Amino acid sequence: MKYQSQAVAKPYFIAAIALFVAQILFGLIMGLQYVVGDFLFPEIPFNVARMVHTNALIVWLLMAFMGAAYYLVPEESERELAMPWLATLMFWVFLVAAGLTVAGYLLVPYSSLAKITGNEFFPTMGREFLEQPTITKVGIVIVALAFLANIGLTILKGRKTVVSLVLLIGLTGLAVFFLFAFYNPTNLVLDKYYWWWVVHLWVEGVWELILGSILAFVLIKTTGVDREVIEKWLYIIIAMTLITGIIGTGHHYYWIGTPEYWQLWGSIFSAMEPIPFFMMTVFAFNMVNKRRRNHPNKAAVLWALGTAVMAFLGAGVWGFLHTLAPVNYYTHGTQITAAHGHMAFYGAYVMINLTIISYAMPILNGREANSPRSQVLEMWSFWLMTISMVFITLFLTAAGILQVYLQRFSDNPLPFMVVQEKIAIFYWLREFTGLVFLIGLILYIWSFFAAAKDAKAGVGAEPTGAAA
Amino acid sequence: MSQTFTKSMARNIFYGGAVFFFLLFLALTFDTHQALPKRDQRHLLDSATEVGQRIAKGKALWEENNCIGCHTLLGEGAYFAPELGNVYVRFGNSKEAIKAFIKSRPENGITGRRSMPQFHFSDEELDALAEFLKYASEIDTSGWPPSKQG
Ligand code: HEC
Ligand code: HEM
Ligand code: HEM
Ligand SMILES: [Fe+2]
Repeated sequence: MKYQSQAVAKPYFIAAIALFVAQILFGLIMGLQYVVGDFLFPEIPFNVARMVHTNALIVWLLMAFMGAAYYLVPEESERELAMPWLATLMFWVFLVAAGLTVAGYLLVPYSSLAKITGNEFFPTMGREFLEQPTITKVGIVIVALAFLANIGLTILKGRKTVVSLVLLIGLTGLAVFFLFAFYNPTNLVLDKYYWWWVVHLWVEGVWELILGSILAFVLIKTTGVDREVIEKWLYIIIAMTLITGIIGTGHHYYWIGTPEYWQLWGSIFSAMEPIPFFMMTVFAFNMVNKRRRNHPNKAAVLWALGTAVMAFLGAGVWGFLHTLAPVNYYTHGTQITAAHGHMAFYGAYVMINLTIISYAMPILNGREANSPRSQVLEMWSFWLMTISMVFITLFLTAAGILQVYLQRFSDNPLPFMVVQEKIAIFYWLREFTGLVFLIGLILYIWSFFAAAKDAKAGVGAEPTGAAA
Repeated sequence: MSQTFTKSMARNIFYGGAVFFFLLFLALTFDTHQALPKRDQRHLLDSATEVGQRIAKGKALWEENNCIGCHTLLGEGAYFAPELGNVYVRFGNSKEAIKAFIKSRPENGITGRRSMPQFHFSDEELDALAEFLKYASEIDTSGWPPSKQG
C-alpha cells in the first residue's frame, strides 16, 4: 500500500462480499420458489426475496466500486485521499441505510414500509430495482455526493491520469442518472421511458466507464505495459461504449408505447453494443501477452481476463441474441431476459469487482500477493462460480426458448402458468447449479482466511519474475 | 494500435462521440414526447375525472404492493407470474374478473403452486387497480404481446 488512506477501501470490500453472500442466498430461495411455488409463503413471498436479491446486488456493486475508487484514486493521483474520515463515515452511513432497508423488506409488508417512509408524499417505490424507500434513495444520493467530492478533490489536487479521469466521469454519470429514480409520473409510458435512463444508461453507459478504468488500472499494475498504450485503448473502448450505448437505449423502447421508429434506431445501435465488449477482450489478452513482468498475484490476472471474456459473452453475445426488434418481439420479458441479465451482471460487474478486490486486498493486508495455496483456492472459486454462471445462463436460455415457443409462437399458445410447469426441469437444474455457485463463493471467502493464516506462518507468494 | 493513431485522437473521439450521441438522444427524446399523446392514452389520466383519479390511485397501489416483484407489465418486471399489461384483454375485457381474481387469493397460498398474496384490498382499491390495468392494456404497444397469453 503506497498511501495510508487507501486503507479506507478495506471495509467497503468486506461489506461488499458479505452482501454478495446475502444476494446468493436469496437467489437460491427464489430459485426454489420457482419450482416449489409455496416455499416460505407467505413469510417471504417471491417479490420480497427478489428485492433482497437485486438490491443487495446493486448495493454491493456500488460499495465495491467505491472501495475500488478509494483504493486506486490515491495511487493514480500520487497523494493521500482528500478526506479519509469522510470515506469511513460514509461507509457506515451506507451500510446502516442498506441494512435498515433490507430489514424493512423482510420484517414488514412492503405496503407498510411504503406507509412508514411516507411514500405517498414523494412516491418513488415499487419499480423494479428502484424498490428502496424514497428516504433510502436520498441517502444514496448523499453518500454518492460525499464520495464524489472526496475523490474529485483528490484527483484535482494530484496527478491527473486517464484512468482516474474516466473513473470520475463514470462515477459522476452514475450519480447523475440515478436522479431519474425520483421521477415517477402516473403516465406509465413516461415512467418507463425514464426508468431506463437509470437502468440502461447505468449498465450499458456510465458503468462501463467504471469497468474500463478499473480493468485498465489492474492491467497497468499487473502487466507493467506502458501506460500510454493502455490509456489509448481505454479511450477508444469507452468511446465505442457511448457511441453505441446511448442511442442503444432504444432497444427498450420497442413495446412500451413509444414511437415505432425506436425499433430501427434501437436495433441498429444496440447491435453495435457488443463492439466495445469485444475490444475489451482483445485489449485484456493483448496486454497480458505483452506483459513486462509476471505479477505474483496470478489470481487477479485470471479475474481480469475472465471479466473481459465473460462480459463479452453475457452482455455482448447474450445481449445481441435478443436485441433486434423482430427477435425481441418474442423474447421480451421472458427467461431469455433473465439469462442475459445474469451473465451480463456477473461477467461485467461482479467479476470486475472481484478482480480489484483480488488485486487490492492482499496489498491492503500488507503483502503483494497471497500464498500459492490461497491463490489456488481462489482460482478454484473463479472456475466454480464462472462455470456455474455459464450453466445457469444456458438453462435459463433453454427455458426461455421453450417459453417463447409454447406461450407466444405456437399455433395454440398456452397460459403462462401451464408453460412454467412444462419447463420446470430447467429451473431445477438452475437451482442445483446455483448451489455449486454458492460453493464457489464459499471457497472464495475461504481463500482469504487461508491467505491470512499462511501469512502468519510466514508463507509468502512466489517471487516476482521477469516475463517469459 | 499503430503509432499514427494517437491517444489524443482517441480522446477526441470519446468526447466528441459522447456529446454528439447524447445530443442526438435528447433530440429523439424530444420527438418522442411530441408523438406520445397519440399512443399513451394520456387523456384518460386527467385528474379532474373519476377515471383519472382511479388510475392514479391504481398505479400507487401497484407500486406500494410491489406487484412488479412477481409480474411483468408491458414485458418489464419479474418473470415469476403472468404478464399483466394485457390481463384486461385476457380476462375478456372485464374489470370485474380482475377484481375477483385478486380478491380470491387464499391467505396461505395454494399448496405446491406459485402463490400470490392476499392483499385485503377494499372494493374501491380493487376498482382502482383494475382501472389501472385496463389503462395499461390500452397503451399502443405496437402489437405486443404476440399472443393473448402475454
Ligand atoms: C408474490 C408474488 C406476487 C405478487 C407480489 C403479486 N402477484 Fe399477482 N399473481 C402471482 C401469481 C403466482 C399468479 C398466478 C396465480 C395462478 O395462476 O394460480 C398471479 C396472477 C395474477 C393475476 C391473474 C393473471 C392471469 O393471467 O391469470 C392478476 C390480475 C394479478 N396477479 C394481479 C396482481 C396485482 C394487481 C398485484 C399487486 C397488488 C399482484 N398481482 C402481486 C403472484 C404475485
Ligand atoms: C454489462 C452490461 C449489461 C448488463 C449488466 C445488462 C443487464 C440487463 C438486465 C438486468 C436486463 C433486464 C432488465 C429488466 O429487468 O427489465 C437487460 C435487458 C436487456 N438487455 Fe442487457 N445488459 C447489459 C448489456 C447489454 C447489451 C450490450 C445488449 C445488446 C447487445 C443488451 C440487450 C438487452 C436487451 C435487448 C434487453 C431487454 C430484454 C427484454 O426485452 O426483456 N444488454 N439487460
Ligand atoms: C452473481 C450471481 C448473480 C447475479 C449477478 C444475479 C443477478 C440477478 C439480476 C440482475 C436479476 C434481475 C433479472 C432481470 O430482471 O432480468 C436476478 C433475478 C433472479 N435471480 Fe439472480 N443473480 C445471481 C445469482 C443467482 C443465483 C445463484 C440464483 C439461483 C440459483 C439466482 C436466481 C434468480 C432468480 C430466481 C431471479 C428472479 C427472476 C425473475 O424475475 O423471475 N440468481 N438476478
Ligand atoms: Fe439495455
